[in-house]
Amino acid sequence: MALEMRLPVARKPLSESLGREAKKHLVVPGDTITTDTGFMRGHGTYMGEEKLIASVAGSVERVNKLICVKALKTRYNGEVGDIVVGRITERRRSAEDELAMRGFLQEGDLISAEVQAVFSDGAVSLHTRSLKYGKLGQGVLVQVSPSLVKRQKTHFHDLPCGASLILGNNGFIWIYPTSEHKDEDAGGFTANLEPVSLADREVISRLRNCIVSLVTQRIMLYDTSILYCYEASLPHQIKDILKPEIMEEIVIETRQRLLEQEG
Amino acid sequence: MASVALSEAEKVYIVHGVQEDLRVDGRGCEDYRCVEVETDVVSNTSGSARVKLGHTDILVGVKAEMGTPKLERPNEGYLEFFVDCSANATPEFEGRGGDDLGTEIANTLYRIFNNKSSVDLKSLCISPREHCWVLYVDVLLLECGGNLFDAISIAVKAALFNTRIPRVRVLEDEEGSKDIELSDDPYDCIRLSVENVPCIVTLCKTGKRMGKVLHTSLQSVLQKEESLGPKRQKVGFLG
Repeated sequence: MALEMRLPVARKPLSESLGREAKKHLVVPGDTITTDTGFMRGHGTYMGEEKLIASVAGSVERVNKLICVKALKTRYNGEVGDIVVGRITERRRSAEDELAMRGFLQEGDLISAEVQAVFSDGAVSLHTRSLKYGKLGQGVLVQVSPSLVKRQKTHFHDLPCGASLILGNNGFIWIYPTSEHKDEDAGGFTANLEPVSLADREVISRLRNCIVSLVTQRIMLYDTSILYCYEASLPHQIKDILKPEIMEEIVIETRQRLLEQEG
Repeated sequence: MASVALSEAEKVYIVHGVQEDLRVDGRGCEDYRCVEVETDVVSNTSGSARVKLGHTDILVGVKAEMGTPKLERPNEGYLEFFVDCSANATPEFEGRGGDDLGTEIANTLYRIFNNKSSVDLKSLCISPREHCWVLYVDVLLLECGGNLFDAISIAVKAALFNTRIPRVRVLEDEEGSKDIELSDDPYDCIRLSVENVPCIVTLCKTGKRMGKVLHTSLQSVLQKEESLGPKRQKVGFLG
């Protein structure tokens, strides 16, 4: 039952540790981005007094003539077609609702769903009209900032290491053991409560710690980055991944592999 | 403390995991998260410490002031504890939400130090029945990430270790009136021996197994496991 204590160390700035060459142009709301009027304005900017001004805190991205500001931390803004993972907090109390839904979904349950429509005040309506959506069974939920989840064609991934992921666009990531019987359990509303094997648990815990490490170093989350991080973490014990120095080491290796793969 | 809603399947997963000694973040039932300790952080106190345990951040300041000894203990000084659960720590502490928890923690600290062995209170006495040192220990919760009792006990121990009490002499006149003289050297001070100050270890019974209630960096997962265990035993032990 040893307790590890350490003295605090000054943290190095991210750009130094990750070897980024170009420094990002960071802005805060109200900062002038440029006085050149030839640019088209994108998200996170507005035109005022002949200048382009930022309306969110983040880094400036420029694609040819389009300038936008990518915010560091955002609240989730729903778009039609997004996959989300959500927890039921409250429900309608009508008689027919009681009869119909109580048997399937309780308060506190986790579901995966797709965004059907977005209202003007930002509220979204969801649907689970496909067998791949529905109530989630045993697994682990990790909550991250929505801005770190990369938009991809599919958000349901079965990783080769033995677990599956649902990367919700709202920042809720669900890690669960890959079920062998794909046809029966998929999308149903009955959860499987049998104990999960120790090997599967280890994979799930390791993935969870890897995702947390990637988030602390602000790496975008998608199946490849998570998988590379998982592979880089294999030499270490699962609980050691939580230590800051090992976290940094794993993420640097992941970043290098990702850069090699792209370039 | 606040509870988090969990689905039945998640609860089952967590309980089975605890039984197999593998928690959600890969730790065993008896593993702690990494602790970061720093002393001498607040300049206008006699001693201070800051402890970070996962997402829990505790700041403790100790101020030594002169006071009168308690009637039943004329040869000893004493400690006063005050715990502030500010709304900065977690939204549940908004308004008066944190007061109950603060009182509970303060009472626990009083119980721990209410014996002869924790801190040598006789060394805090200046002149019996008249003057003694009173140590006001203020605990501030900067961030609540679970396992408060353990982190607070570590922080209080570190802050007391860091406390520097000025050395004073009592001079007696011919008429019998006493004068207290502070030594000229600002670094001339007495330190407390904190070897016997207890550290709290919180245990939790989840399912059929006893484990530590020290949880992972995500507060929600922490609260998930705490909400599962109906009983929480606090055992203070010395050393």
